[in-house]
Amino acid sequence: MSAESQGLLGWIDARFPLSKMWKKHLSEYYTPKNFNFWYFFGSLALLVLIIQILSGIFLTMHYKPDAELAFASVEHIMRDVNWGWLIRYMHSTGASFFFIVVYLHMFRGLMYGSFKNPRELIWIFGMLIYVALMAEAFMGYLLPWGNMSYWGAQVIINLFNTIPFVGEAISEWIRGDFVISDATLNRFFSLHVIAVPLVLLGLVVGHILALHEVGSNNPDGVEIKKIKGTDGTPVDGIPFHPYYTVKDIFGAVVFLAIFSVVVFFVPEMYGYFLEHANFDPANPFNTPDHIAPIWYFTPFYTVLRAIPNPFGGFLAMGLAIVVLFFLPWIDRNPVKSIRYRSFLFKVNLIIFAITFIILGYLGLNPVTPLYQLLALRFSELYFLFFFVLWAYNKPRSMMFWIGSFIIILSGFTLYDVYQSGALCFYNMYVECPDNIDLVWITWLIPVVYLTITLLLPFFNRLASEKKVPARVTL
Amino acid sequence: MAKNNIDYSRRKALTGSAAIVGGIGAVVATWPFVSSMNPSASALAAGAPVEVDVSKMEPGQLIHDIYRRKPIWIIRRTPEMVRSLSYLTSKLRDPDSKNEAQQPVFAQNQHRSITEEFLVLIGICTHLGCSPEFRPNAGAKDLGGASWPGGFYCACHGSKFDLAGRVYKNVPANKNLEVPKYHFLSEKRILIGMTQEEASA
Repeated sequence: MSAESQGLLGWIDARFPLSKMWKKHLSEYYTPKNFNFWYFFGSLALLVLIIQILSGIFLTMHYKPDAELAFASVEHIMRDVNWGWLIRYMHSTGASFFFIVVYLHMFRGLMYGSFKNPRELIWIFGMLIYVALMAEAFMGYLLPWGNMSYWGAQVIINLFNTIPFVGEAISEWIRGDFVISDATLNRFFSLHVIAVPLVLLGLVVGHILALHEVGSNNPDGVEIKKIKGTDGTPVDGIPFHPYYTVKDIFGAVVFLAIFSVVVFFVPEMYGYFLEHANFDPANPFNTPDHIAPIWYFTPFYTVLRAIPNPFGGFLAMGLAIVVLFFLPWIDRNPVKSIRYRSFLFKVNLIIFAITFIILGYLGLNPVTPLYQLLALRFSELYFLFFFVLWAYNKPRSMMFWIGSFIIILSGFTLYDVYQSGALCFYNMYVECPDNIDLVWITWLIPVVYLTITLLLPFFNRLASEKKVPARVTL
Repeated sequence: MAKNNIDYSRRKALTGSAAIVGGIGAVVATWPFVSSMNPSASALAAGAPVEVDVSKMEPGQLIHDIYRRKPIWIIRRTPEMVRSLSYLTSKLRDPDSKNEAQQPVFAQNQHRSITEEFLVLIGICTHLGCSPEFRPNAGAKDLGGASWPGGFYCACHGSKFDLAGRVYKNVPANKNLEVPKYHFLSEKRILIGMTQEEASA
């Protein structure tokens, strides 16, 4: 717009880029016109962030970060503070909904290749947000000073003990004491209320600025900037405001309706959002019978438990998160959207989603011999997904498929033999472990997975990509 | 080299050295903040030794106390319990307490204690720090029935320990339960946090 703004707005615009920013990021920010359901979750994540910050500010007015007072102050919020129960349940429910929304948002990225060139940095910013969010949630969970808060934090901080040589010093530094104590609670309060939220806000700004620099991807994975009309705007694009603001407001209304049902009727979600053991105050002498982290951490917790060596488990868990950062350089197939990817890509992605859910389920439950093995098998599938994703970058020779099938298969079979003495049938000097049948039955899980993903590419029809259209389809 | 009488190499050297000196200063300035998060003087002072009177303990009983805010267990073992320690060796990961970090020298024996009767342990699982349950009754069905001679069971991740705090094979924990420094002040009084040598030194 060439016309200078008038009045108060004109006065401001001469001193601050208000209209300029409004145009750049909303009214003249062109977005693909074919967004679908999966594109609600970015703006919903922003909405939950605002809910968490607002409800958090008001909780902080009544909460006391002191080991003697914390538990009672939360009860005080629940019973004595006007609407305190509502504000607290908004905050606790918001934490779980944050992860639901973020997991769906990340899955959207996986489906439509939203992390690919030129959007690698958007993905990196997003992963940093995810990690900061996990830290924020973990520290927030200690604050009510319930028994699960206490022991959950105890277990997680002790993970650092497994690091050779410096581990104990690191975990003492994190706790500020030899066990979880008042010092730990006080610093977690500081980090939860000030430090991590500031980092989160900065990262969110970075995420959005990077997005607005390159523009949004879309369900077709077509770059709308390539085809511009006579007015210089993308022909397949529409201004974010008012088109997508209206769409996102609709999404927000539906979201808030679901959110309210949980806040008002099932805020504890049967022990999944607020664990039952947390209604007892922290007790250093009484570990709850079964310690499970809150649901959004359980997939990684299962990876941790799958490896018997403590430091090995710690590394595997770390790797399960770190590998996601490298996604833009793992999946380099030029076709972005799942719509035009091969049949086997779709199968691989669906198996990954199911694997993630099963890992989450296993992490919520106590270890049994069967679950222990399933944890190992599905952890194997979790990591194999990334190998297969990389393998699907381009057409490969038959030798490649057979070779990688054999190498990987013998790799984890050798691990089984080494770890559980799985070949005891042939060695009369070794006592067979009790779970030997289960070892071999569950062994079939990765075998079936590898057969599907690495041997079916023999059939070109299953492994070949479709042609990507030049413009978006509606 | 000099353009418009500006000596670029001189400017570069000054900028570089200022950045290096300033950078070192910035790194050093983080030290007080990082160090402030370590256990404070009062947390360290909470490490004063604790005296426990064991004269009223029944055979087979466990009592607990706190030392350095960690749970401390004192168990008065029955003769049967002590006997059960000798035939477990093949099921244990470290039956001879070879891992020296887990006990003072005086407890590097089969019963892992000064006297066979009294066992003193830090009640924290060596896997991820849960507090295991005391399951003294032999033959508990959920812990393997007849093969369970009594011991400690950690419900968090399923680690098992015998009645000397020695860890079983094939469980997540890979170290024996830690024995703290302690010594007998008299026959029925134990001081936790200091060995005999340290006390008399």
